[in-house]
Amino acid sequence: MQKEVKLEVKNLYKIFGPHPKKAMKLLDEGHDKDAIFEKTETTVGVQEASFEIYKGEIFVIMGLSGSGKSTMVRMLNRLIEPTAGEVLIDGEDIVSMNDDELVKLRRAKLSMVFQSFALMPHLTVLQNAAFGLEMDGVDKAAREKRALEALAQVGLDAWANSSPSELSGGMQQRVGLARGLAVDPDILLMDEAFSALDPLIRTEMQDELLKLQAKAKRTIVFISHDLDEAMRIGDRIAIMEGGRVVQVGTPEEILQNPADEYVRAFFRGVDPTNILTAGDIASDAQVTIRITDGKNPRAALQRLIKYDREYGYVLDSDDKFQGIVSTESLRELIDSSPGEHLIKDAFIKDAETCQASDSMQEILPNVAGHPWALPILDDQGNYAGAISKNLFLRTLHRSQADAEQDQEPETAPQETVEPTTDGVQSS
Amino acid sequence: MNFLSFEKKLIPLDEWVQEFVNWLVLNHRDIFQAIKAPIELCLEGFEWLFTSLHPVVIIVLFAYAAWRFVGKKTTVFTIVTLLLIGYLGLWEETMITLAMVISSVFFCAIAGIPLGIMSGRSDRFELFLRPALDAMQTIPPFVYLVPVVMLFSIGTVSGILATIVFALPPIVRLTSLGIRQVHPELIEAALAFGATPWQVLRKVQFPLALPSIMAGLNQTLMMALSMVVIAALIGAGGLGNPVVQGLNTLEIGLATIGGLAIVLLAMVLDRITQGFAKR
Repeated sequence: MQKEVKLEVKNLYKIFGPHPKKAMKLLDEGHDKDAIFEKTETTVGVQEASFEIYKGEIFVIMGLSGSGKSTMVRMLNRLIEPTAGEVLIDGEDIVSMNDDELVKLRRAKLSMVFQSFALMPHLTVLQNAAFGLEMDGVDKAAREKRALEALAQVGLDAWANSSPSELSGGMQQRVGLARGLAVDPDILLMDEAFSALDPLIRTEMQDELLKLQAKAKRTIVFISHDLDEAMRIGDRIAIMEGGRVVQVGTPEEILQNPADEYVRAFFRGVDPTNILTAGDIASDAQVTIRITDGKNPRAALQRLIKYDREYGYVLDSDDKFQGIVSTESLRELIDSSPGEHLIKDAFIKDAETCQASDSMQEILPNVAGHPWALPILDDQGNYAGAISKNLFLRTLHRSQADAEQDQEPETAPQETVEPTTDGVQSS
Repeated sequence: MNFLSFEKKLIPLDEWVQEFVNWLVLNHRDIFQAIKAPIELCLEGFEWLFTSLHPVVIIVLFAYAAWRFVGKKTTVFTIVTLLLIGYLGLWEETMITLAMVISSVFFCAIAGIPLGIMSGRSDRFELFLRPALDAMQTIPPFVYLVPVVMLFSIGTVSGILATIVFALPPIVRLTSLGIRQVHPELIEAALAFGATPWQVLRKVQFPLALPSIMAGLNQTLMMALSMVVIAALIGAGGLGNPVVQGLNTLEIGLATIGGLAIVLLAMVLDRITQGFAKR
């Protein structure tokens, strides 16, 4: 799949303090952050950061406080001047822009939502939502119309003439979001936008954001220190530590292959059943039976017996999933009457399927509820593998083993190896 | 040579200053006359306005302002106070003082608010301005009365100039404070949405600093009123006159009613401007 790069960060540095040049030189020589601070009283905010953000994705930059994530997002619209490196938006380097070009770029392509909401206390909710358009010189009637539409999107159009101080925190941040949306930006920067809200409201706002994102795909850069939040809303996540970007990837990739101990520690305690999907763990170790005419239950039975399996997964010639048969159901069918039989008459009645995008959490009842492995289908309805109870438990165990590696550095390798040989697995 | 003997004056600063001011007066009188002109114009305008309007009109205007910006109690207080001033026989002087004070505050605002905004937005500018403001607030007015008189001659305009020097610092300081108190995230937000520095000032910093600027104006007004008596020493008219006269001729009664009228006028102006600032 070819993805369009919307925003690219190339070798970006930010150094705070009196001697940025000296600090850059020391960095080149391989000194670390603390040594540089000791020598020059200069703080390295962000170093050697490079990543790409694709059009239409939610890209979460995650790290603890002091990891440089807030500095990073402010360099994307140059609220903070980078010390070195490039930030390319649609291929254009914004670091080399002059003040006029920068103002134009901010008006045309960027908007931002702040942790502390940063609403103007002297303006009404509507005027706040229209703020970006006002800066751009849009006339009053037009900007208020668009601001009202943006407020309607976040469900606050009835509050247009209130003062922000009359609103609760969650509502204030909806206004902040509406202000960001009203200018119809290419890129929405969200700096810990939901961190100041209480957990219930935070989840609600995350849902709201995902809902808005489902309607109109925007490129969103979301800063967070909250892993659950990052996992929940991020298409891809960049993890920052001490000013460096230590890993970039989808939540599943990072969870399954943490780049280093820091990332691993970050993910300790994360419940993998919420993040890993059925498609991530489904295995093709089950016996599949292809039917062309569907008239050979005997051959199917032979195949199951050959591989010493009780259940078989019946597909048509296009890989479309048809049903599950068992040795028992096939025998019953063959014994019931002489003559020709159709395999589909041997399908187990209450066999259910799950989508590859379902989380482990969601498929758990189905995995647990039946003796056979749960068949998993991709979005086209094609068979993508199956998940047995064993496989499910092994996945859980492996995540746990990952988390406990501090105590047991020598985890047995066979525990982490996925069984691939056909016929080894039993249900 | 004994450096620790203070019997002989080594640095004749007083003579230097004397010579410098004399030189200014002789060679650059035109500059000072040019400075004087707009102040004179402004003062004469207000004076003409307040003295030609019938006292009832003025009382009604004040009462309306008090009712509009503050409340019933203050309205009654304002009417009673102004009537009392009239019955004390000080109406004319009060109007002259009012014109002087308003002219002073007007020029303080014109100079002070931009200075305050600049020092609110630039640390370097504030660093440079602060000692000047400190000096203006601490030098006793009597010290600069003499050069002011030498440069601008005796009269109400000189009184206003001395008043401006004395009353300018609070409006500058409170404007600067108001600008600095605007939360940095609001500035960031404005910039993030593509505001130019001018838009940041006009749409965010200035409106949010307005209450503080208003408080500064109120302080400046009060300080201008407190200069009325000193200004009278260099020939400014108004309510300072009966006080100075009473002082010179030991007419304690005259000095008392002059002082009383200043205090009453100050209270009325303070209540009304505070009420206005709160809105």
